[in-house]
Amino acid sequence: MQNTRLVETMVGVFIAAGAAALLMLAMKVSNLNAFSDVEGYEVTAQFENIGGLKVLSPVSVGGVRIGRVSAIDFDQEDYEAVVTMAINPQYDRLPVDTSASIFTSGLLGEQYIGFEPGGEERFLKDGDQITLTQSAMVLEQIIGQFIFSKASEGGGE
Amino acid sequence: MSNKKDNLVEVRGLTFKFGSRIIFDGIDLDLQRGKVTAIMGPSGTGKTTLLRLIGGQVRPSGGAISVDGHEVARLTRRELFELRKRMGMLFQSGALLTDLSVFDNVAFPLREHSGLPEAMVRDLVLMKLEAVGLRGAQRLMPSELSGGMARRVALARAIALDPMMIMYDEPFTGQDPISMGVLVKLIRDLNEVLGLTSIIVSHDVAETAAIADYIYVLSQGKVVGEGTPDELHHANSEWVRQFMQGMPDGPVPFHYPAADYAQELLSREGRR
Amino acid sequence: MSFFQQLGHHALAAFQRLGRANLFLWTVLVGVPGLLFRLRLLIQQLFAVGVLSLVIIVVAGLFVGMVLGLQGYYTLVDFGAEESLGVMVALSLVRELGPVVAALLFAGRAGSALTAEIGLMKTTEQLSGMEMMAVDPLKRVIAPRFVAGVLSMPLLAAIFSAVGVMGGYVAGVTLLGVDEGAFWSQMQGRVDFHEDIMNGVIKSVVFGVVVTWIALFEGYDAVPTSEGVSRATTRTVVYASLAVLGLDFVLTALMFGEV
Repeated sequence: MQNTRLVETMVGVFIAAGAAALLMLAMKVSNLNAFSDVEGYEVTAQFENIGGLKVLSPVSVGGVRIGRVSAIDFDQEDYEAVVTMAINPQYDRLPVDTSASIFTSGLLGEQYIGFEPGGEERFLKDGDQITLTQSAMVLEQIIGQFIFSKASEGGGE
Repeated sequence: MSNKKDNLVEVRGLTFKFGSRIIFDGIDLDLQRGKVTAIMGPSGTGKTTLLRLIGGQVRPSGGAISVDGHEVARLTRRELFELRKRMGMLFQSGALLTDLSVFDNVAFPLREHSGLPEAMVRDLVLMKLEAVGLRGAQRLMPSELSGGMARRVALARAIALDPMMIMYDEPFTGQDPISMGVLVKLIRDLNEVLGLTSIIVSHDVAETAAIADYIYVLSQGKVVGEGTPDELHHANSEWVRQFMQGMPDGPVPFHYPAADYAQELLSREGRR
Repeated sequence: MSFFQQLGHHALAAFQRLGRANLFLWTVLVGVPGLLFRLRLLIQQLFAVGVLSLVIIVVAGLFVGMVLGLQGYYTLVDFGAEESLGVMVALSLVRELGPVVAALLFAGRAGSALTAEIGLMKTTEQLSGMEMMAVDPLKRVIAPRFVAGVLSMPLLAAIFSAVGVMGGYVAGVTLLGVDEGAFWSQMQGRVDFHEDIMNGVIKSVVFGVVVTWIALFEGYDAVPTSEGVSRATTRTVVYASLAVLGLDFVLTALMFGEV
């Protein structure tokens, strides 16, 4: 039998390494810490179509992430998607006429919400709604429109 | 022998089948308390199986075995384990736990069952090792022991809990003359000093006959002879005499059954 | 023997074995609570099963991660999406390769060792000897090994994944020059703790139970000869690997199926 103390120490190292690995997976690899900073002030926006937007998708201004999508709902009166976003409290000087658009990072990348700040002096606060929105571009629709317009051109000749 | 109180182990009408093979076919044995009883017979007669039956590791197909008044096959698992604490068994290989030292091997049953403080366990272990003459080997690992030493350590372990009986499975097989002599002496001495009842399963006639008080000879699932060593040497049965005296030919023929020798040599079949 | 008789014979034998294996697992599980009083036994087995598997897990994890980094980069760079490399490496590792490859290596390293050890203990009558000393080998020998296997597997899988992510980082960021910030931030954006990491952990626990169970049962049920033990060891690696891959499909379908 090996030296008992060595065995116990090695087992301790093993368990600590396993725990550290799990911690690293939780904190560094996954979005577990992102959950904790989802707090912040919430603003909503309505979109006709949100495409592939998901809860926890990033919200950014000029490419800088300032928050995340915290909830996605469907409004049965307007028949539009209602997206709730949690914005990091340090970014508290976004004008109320800021517009929100859904973009795709790269041709096939993930979708995110991009803010385009407006010129108002009043700033967005918790519970406000962004009225200027632009829906996601759905690739199929664009291709469909393109083909349709080509076809109608051809029919005109 | 008719006095029931004298018998520690009684076997009545024991039948045991392994698949369709019959190992025991209704045998009766009486093992007297305080004596050394040997069960002998050629290899493959299920002598080891008999010990496993007595120890309750396998269940008989028929008949009954009682040890110290308990019918082994009827005991619950807990009762059986209680009974086994009072039985020692010496396996052919010694069956020492390979990852424990000699000391820890002998201490194993004490630590598992006695709940004694470690200091007392140590004293007991040293006593048992001294009894088999291996106190000096306490730090060795089983892989460093010779076959005879391993068996002696196993013997020390078997008597660790001061059992009422010990079963020896082929204790003399593959031993050099010196360790054979040591084992013969140990078995006899322990039986006397500790007041044990010993059961020896063996086919080493000379050594067994030297220490056994009573011998049963088994063959093909039946008891073919019984008596003191002396009686058996002069038994009426030719078979028993052949076995006891180790003659190469007799009722058990030298030749495995075969076609006629001359005929097979002359026949052209099988030649290229 | 006719074809049908042979078929029936083998089927019955297989069912019998399955029954024995289940009974075995049940008896072992009954013995598990008693281990709380004998932590020393458990620690020894954690060493034999877990610590001794650590080197192969770390080395394999590093290389698998680096290969994922290289291959992922060459594929993604064609779409201009090499910044998603971190996501790809992390998701492949956490969801699949971590639990599965770690379990396969575990079956090869620890599983075969367990089978050989138990089989040898059976061959040398150590298990029988324990029974005759009124010690239940299922509780004294098998249960600590079982618990050690089940505990070690998720830890090893987590270490494999974590080291693998580092390997992917080394290959992608250090060697091929993917942007470091994008590597981590995209990874964090797309890897979900509950959905991906916890499911991976659950997988590895299941694999731990299955691999350890198979290894111990094969050893306990081995024909007590050298040949029997070597056959049992081979069977452990084959059955455990197949069970891991098969179960992985089932678990993946259950966990990620409804998306």
